[in-house]
Order: sequence, then structure tokens, then C-alpha cells
Amino acid sequence: MNDVSEISYAEAIKDAMAIALQADERVFLMGEDIGVYGGAFQVTGDLVHRFGEDRVIDMPISELAGAGVAVGAAVNGLRPILEFQFSDFAALAMEQIANQAAKMRYMLGGEVSVPVVMRFPSGSGTGAAAQHSQSLEAWFGHVPGLKVVQPSTPYDAKGLLLAALEDPDPVMIFEHKLLYKVKGEVPEGHYTVPIGKAAVVLEGRDLTIVASSIMVPRALDAAGELARQGVSAEVIDLRTIRPLDRETIVKSVCKTHRLLCVYEGVKTLGIGAEVSASVVESEAFDFLDAPIVRLGGAESPIPYNPELEKAAVPQKENIIDAALALASGVR
Amino acid sequence: MTGYFKQQASPENLDDRPFAIRHYSADRLKDALYRMHLIRRFEESAEDCYMRGLIHGTMHLSIGQEASAMGACMSLTPDDQITSTHRGHGHCIAKGADVARMFAEFFGRQTGYCKGRGGSMHIADVAGGNLGANGIVAGGIPIAVGAAMANKRLHPGRVVVSFFGDGANNEGAFHESLNMASVWKLPVIFVCENNGYGMSTSTARSTAVEHIATRAGGYNMPAGIVDGNNFSDVTEAMQPALRRARTGGGPSLLECKTYRWRGHSKSDRNLYRTKEEIQQWQRKDPIARFESSLLEYGIATQHQIQQTADRVEGDIERAIDYAKESPQPSVKDLLKYVYTEQQTP
Repeated sequence: MNDVSEISYAEAIKDAMAIALQADERVFLMGEDIGVYGGAFQVTGDLVHRFGEDRVIDMPISELAGAGVAVGAAVNGLRPILEFQFSDFAALAMEQIANQAAKMRYMLGGEVSVPVVMRFPSGSGTGAAAQHSQSLEAWFGHVPGLKVVQPSTPYDAKGLLLAALEDPDPVMIFEHKLLYKVKGEVPEGHYTVPIGKAAVVLEGRDLTIVASSIMVPRALDAAGELARQGVSAEVIDLRTIRPLDRETIVKSVCKTHRLLCVYEGVKTLGIGAEVSASVVESEAFDFLDAPIVRLGGAESPIPYNPELEKAAVPQKENIIDAALALASGVR
Repeated sequence: MTGYFKQQASPENLDDRPFAIRHYSADRLKDALYRMHLIRRFEESAEDCYMRGLIHGTMHLSIGQEASAMGACMSLTPDDQITSTHRGHGHCIAKGADVARMFAEFFGRQTGYCKGRGGSMHIADVAGGNLGANGIVAGGIPIAVGAAMANKRLHPGRVVVSFFGDGANNEGAFHESLNMASVWKLPVIFVCENNGYGMSTSTARSTAVEHIATRAGGYNMPAGIVDGNNFSDVTEAMQPALRRARTGGGPSLLECKTYRWRGHSKSDRNLYRTKEEIQQWQRKDPIARFESSLLEYGIATQHQIQQTADRVEGDIERAIDYAKESPQPSVKDLLKYVYTEQQTP
């Protein structure tokens, strides 16, 4: 077993990239200010000094072409990891992501694969307001051909990135900016976390909380408080939103009979809708003892004012309140 | 600007025959003629199949633009690559594709280049170096730059030619890509087939510069403008661009002035240009001009040209038969190729 050390989510991602750069000549990083600057969130850090400017490439502020270049390079045998400075800037690159990367293999009848990895720092909570704070993963989750992951821990951040690099298809990684400094145990060396598998991160009896990204630690915090109040919550970390691990969700709801979906993206037509549908379309429907509850982002852009910003996405207290209401009558 | 791609005076240039006649063997020139005929007849036959309801969807014909497709591909090796456009049948054939598999694709058959998943707008021949036509204007340009980036590392000397139309020159992807390719000195050649119209909107109404080649100045790369209906001029203009790309000098932009005889697509009612304009360009038929040149310089006889045309007729007929007889894809395979099939451990 590899040695385990306590490192941050950002360090875990950097560790994964360093391992990949070391092990595979085809791997390279591309992004805005990822070289000597070290990346807007210091995720690439000093990698340019270790691997050189040919492997850690500062690109012009051209998200659309950057995404297309990554696609072309991937088709031709390289393994690009493209960092977006903020996930919001993906809007500039959606043509290449949704029309090209996602569809090229299909349109060409399986003659090519597009093994591109794109990393998107996302989410609110940094006071960066409406254009630097969104959670857009559901946009990408709606596109067949893409895989979409949302690590919530340093361990998963590293393991999912290394899995993405082994994946022959485009993998979109949504990293939460507030998680970058969060520490956790991470084994040294190479390991992968499977794409498409959710994790039951806390077992419980009374309700299932399905969460992703930063909502996982918030749900776990909430579950601690719920336990003190006599409610046993099971927490599922989706980890991947496309392909969605419906089996793990359904199994849990069959056990707990109650479902609370928590996600940061805008509530309407978001991850929670898909998770809910997965349950009501399954055998778990017959087990439901209460209506499903979704806690998602507000139907507004992310505001600048700190109190407004907090109110725009689910917080621990909202999760506790929703869970207590949902579990009322359990005992 | 046009002068950039003109050859410097050299002993070879004392020979005043057109570049292509001097540069390529008679066999290669005759093969180029065969391919240009094949493009023309492929498209006319595809159009005919469409009118008769044998092919559905839509298609964008490049009839009248054969010299730019063939001329740009003439000095490419099988390992060189292209990215193409929605008007991409000519590029595909010029790069060496088999018209039987192209027709099979148009007929939606499993034996088509894209196994019936792509159709006309996504026609490709990956093994032959064609990374695909593209339904998005300028969509293929950044991909070409990325492909060139990979080639620079993995296969030095290989070149990517990115075809696009005049319409693409106003897309952000075009500008971002030219800049990036130039900053990183990538082995890519941007070939603009300027046929005067982005769908119905003329370049005069859409584009702030008279010549799209002018755009290259903003990206510090050499550019040339050629008569895109003159096969030899296109091949000649490609030479310095190819040399520059193959030797690490970086990208170039070539603008081929040409014209499409047909409408934009099958829905075009031709309300934006005159019959006279079309007829004027038809008198500059790139195939007829190439044939005259071959005759004039004794490369081919009238009889051989006729034989070429006859051979094309037979090949097209057999290709359509192959397509018609090919199996349909199975509906149960609808989801195949969305993701790469992986062995489950």
C-alpha cells in the first residue's frame, strides 16, 4: 500500500498531473496563466519548472480555440489536460466542447476517439459574482459523448483525474473553488477512482441525501447535526454526474424511503431533477414514504453581496432544515 | 501580397510553362484530372440521387471549386491531414477517398466512411488523413491547429491543411486559431476557399477587408491570393506554405478565389445572385481550364481526356451500386460510438 499524506484538493490535482506528466510523454497541460503564474488557483503551481514550457503551456486568452486545439491534439494521439480559468468561461468554448469533442467519435462512425480532459474551477462562495461563480455541470451532463465528474475530496480529485486520463473519451472535471484548500488523506503514487460510480460516504437509515461537489461536505456536516437530533442520514456522493450511477441511488432509497437531493447548480432542470427521476422511474418509487425534496441553487445569477451569495446556494442549515422536515414522522 | 507565393527567378522559371506542368509527372497530372472529374461527377450524381429521393437530408455542393480542393491536396502525402467543411466532398476525394464508401455514407449505410452516422456534412476518411467535414462554420479550424500541434511533437514534417470558406473568416474560431498557430509556429496551412458568399451574404456585405488573405497580417503569417479556379496556381501557392510548415516555420494562409455554381444547399432559391454572374464563372470552369492546359502542353490528348471522363462514369456507377447494395446500420446499434467501447475488466 502506498504511503498516505494529508494534502489539499489543489495539491492532489497537481499531484495527479505531475504523475501523468512523468509517466506519459503524450500528456501536456494547456491553459491560461498555468505556467510561471501557477494557475489562477495555484493548481498547476510549479509544474512548469519541473516539466518545461512545452508540457505546461500558457495559452492565449482564447477559450474556443484552446478547446478545439485540445480536441485536435487528442484525436492525433496526445493527452491534453485543458484548464479553464473559471468554469464560466466554458461558455466561450461550448461549440468545440458540445459540437466537436462530444460528437466527433459518433459523427465519424467510431473512427476516432477524443481523449481530452478539461478542468473547470467552479462554484460560488468567493465573492466573484455572476460570471465567475456558476455551477454549470448540468449543461455538460446533457450532452451524450461527454463524461462529467465532480470530485468532493482530495482523494477523489486525484483518482478521478488519473481515471480521466486513462479514459478514451472527453472527460469534464468540475472542481469546486472552495474545496481547493481543503485537506484530506491522499495516497502517494498512481491510483484511479472509477468514473460513473457514486459512493455511499455515510450510511444511514432515515433518509438519503444525494449530493455532489461541495454539497457533500455540507451534507456530511448536516448529517452530524441530524444524528444529534435523532435522524440518521445516508449520504451519497455522486462523484460522476454523467454517466449517473442510478443503481447506488435507487438501492439507498429502497432502504431509507426518503430522498433529498442537494446540488449547487440552478435548481430547475438540474442534477436533482435527474436524480429524482431516476428514483421515481425505478422500483424505489414504491418505497417512497414522502415526496422527494430538491435543494438547488436559486433561480438567479450568483450575487456579489456575501449574504445574498450564501442565500443563492444551499448551506448546511438549509440541508438540516430540509432533512428534518422530510424525516418528520420517522419516529 | 499575391506576390508572396510567386516563385523567385530561378533556372527552372526560365521555363514558362505553368508550375504544375513543370512540377508534376504526366501521370500525376492525369490522376489530378481524374480526381477533379470524379469530384464533379460525384456531386452531380449525389444531387441526382437526392432529387430522386435516394438520399435524404441536405448537401452542400462544391461544383465549380474542384481546382482549389485538388490543387491544395496535390502535394500532400498520405500522412498529411486535412480538416474540411460542410462543402467538403471535393476535399475528401482530393485527399484520396474512395467514392464508393462516400456514396455508401450518403445512402446512410454501414459501409460508409462514418457507418451512416455522419452523412454528407460529416464525411471523413480518417485513415486517409481527412479528419472530417464539419457542420459548424470554422469548427474544423481549431481542430486542425491541435492536430498540427500533435504532429509537431509526434510526427515532425507532417502538415495539416485546414479548409474553410469565406464565411468562416468572421468567426472567432478563425481568428483565435490563426493567432495560436502563429504564436506556436505550428505546421498548419489555412486554405480559404472564397466563393464570394456565406450562404446568401456576400463577402462585400459581411467582411471588412476586400481579401481574406489580409487577415494574415494581423497574425504575422505569410499569405497568398490565387485564382482558385486555376489548378496550377493553387499547387504553386501551396509550395512555400508546405515548405514553411514542414521545416518548422509555422502557418500560412492561402486564399483561393472561386465560385460555387450551385446554391448554398438544397434549400437555396438563388435570390441573391444573378444568372449572368453564375454564367460568367461557369466560363471559368476549373476542369475545362485544366484540360486546356494539359492539351496545350502535350500532357494528355483529347482522347485520353475522354477516356478519363468515361472511367469516372464507370467508377461513379459502380460506387452508387455499391452504396445501394450495402447494408443499413442496425437500429439496435443506435448508441454505438457515443463512447469508446471499453473492455470491462
